[in-house]
Amino acid sequence: MKEFALVFHVSAPDANTPQPSPAQMQEMMTSWMNWMGGIAARDLLANGGSRLGIKDSKWVSKDKVVSDGPYTEVKEFINGYIIVRANSSAEAAEIAKECPIVTGGGGKVEVRPLVAPDCNE
Amino acid sequence: MNNNLIPQLYRQEYSKMVSLLCSRFGIDQIDTAEDIVSETFLAAAETWGQKGVPGNPVAWLYKVARNNALNVLKHNKVFRERVKDNLVQQTTAHAEQELDFSEQSIIDSQLQMLFAVCHPSIPVEAQVCLSLRILCGFSIDEIAQALLTTKANINKRLYRAKEKLRAENIALSLPGNEAITSRLNSVLVTLYLLFNEGYYSAGTDTVLRKDLCVEAMHLVYLLTEYQAPSGLSFAKPDVYALLALMCFQASRFEARINATGGLVLYEQQDRSLWNQELINRGNHFFVQAANRETLSRYHLEAAIAWWHTHEKDSLEKWENILLLYNKLLILEYTPIAALNRAYAFARVYGKEKAIPEAEALRLTGNLFYHSLLGELYSELDTTKAIHHCKQALALTETVAERAVITGKLKALTEAGKHNSP
Repeated sequence: MKEFALVFHVSAPDANTPQPSPAQMQEMMTSWMNWMGGIAARDLLANGGSRLGIKDSKWVSKDKVVSDGPYTEVKEFINGYIIVRANSSAEAAEIAKECPIVTGGGGKVEVRPLVAPDCNE
Repeated sequence: MNNNLIPQLYRQEYSKMVSLLCSRFGIDQIDTAEDIVSETFLAAAETWGQKGVPGNPVAWLYKVARNNALNVLKHNKVFRERVKDNLVQQTTAHAEQELDFSEQSIIDSQLQMLFAVCHPSIPVEAQVCLSLRILCGFSIDEIAQALLTTKANINKRLYRAKEKLRAENIALSLPGNEAITSRLNSVLVTLYLLFNEGYYSAGTDTVLRKDLCVEAMHLVYLLTEYQAPSGLSFAKPDVYALLALMCFQASRFEARINATGGLVLYEQQDRSLWNQELINRGNHFFVQAANRETLSRYHLEAAIAWWHTHEKDSLEKWENILLLYNKLLILEYTPIAALNRAYAFARVYGKEKAIPEAEALRLTGNLFYHSLLGELYSELDTTKAIHHCKQALALTETVAERAVITGKLKALTEAGKHNSP
């Protein structure tokens, strides 16, 4: 089996997006845990990955220029990833289809193969 | 004489005596140590039978064991020469002082033995065997019964394990601070297995299985209570969590086995048989286990077991159990946790939604996989339910398991008749 990163892209909330209620947040958390738990229960979770914060992030660019993340201008950002085991990217995509940000319509999942050290591609 | 006295003392003192002798002679002399202790009990059986039981039988045993050990030391040239290095060329007189049979010395050597037996270089299967023999004082017969295998097999495993102890030259000492986490981990894994052998074992002897659980709990308790003058302590959050887990599980020991030795499923258990005292103790240890930095699999499993001690079946209970199984699996996959998660899923979201979750596990050939699917399909698709129950039946190893599944199959066939025109 190969390993694939599932990268979560979510749209930046604009001023018109209502804040989720505590009940909605609880439901979101439960569906995430059920999705992750379901992957782990099939022994397909290679790494629980991490969530990536937005606040307090920086861009470092040419000439070592450090700036605050210009996320106000970005419509979409990465907010986390996990690593799963699958035979093909198509199989990994099947897993991603059930991700709460897909089912709940909050964003997209990018499926990327991990490149093994001996891979020349 | 109380008919049970010698077996009781054997179970209680064997491990202490062997550990103590080994801590003085070196672990490579474990066979000699075992021989000395066996001879001591043989002498007890003969002498007490004729002259009656002494006022303090334990003290008698230690005194005789000590004399036997000194005799071996004096008269067994080979042994003496081999052990000489370990005793740092002490004379017999010194050795006599060295054979310190005090309470502290006993506990020290038992824990040293525990760490030696659970050394990572010994295969886990052999660790379990060796623990039962050396740490719990089980006879070869009893171990064979408990582990559902032959005496010859047990002897082989023990032989290999002891060879390994000698070959690796494993020291009888407590781990230092730098190795404590990894060494303690491997001890906990073995004690957890030991407990599960007793709790879930397919062996039919209920008394023996209970003893196994009690011994495993006792060893974990010993770890939590230990305090060395050096400040070394094993009273860590995960050790307490394991002890709490064991207490919560053991609280249902009586309820999950019926009068004829049959298995009673959780839903059908008489909740008045749950042992409240053990639940309370579990709660106490679980509080000790609480720690911001540590969340081990034992914490998660203890939390699951804690929810199982709640008599009332609420949605909240099963939602929490499902969440904990999710966390447990994310931390570490095991097929049994995956199956239990699917069951919890069914309790929260209903059987129909749980079927794809369960089938996705692809554990064909696993008894619990098929019995779970048999259960989930039971009200939705009788044909599939029967199919899975039959698969499960073919995989059973014990009368108790067979009885549960045969009962289920019978109910399904009856229901099938009613439903068909």
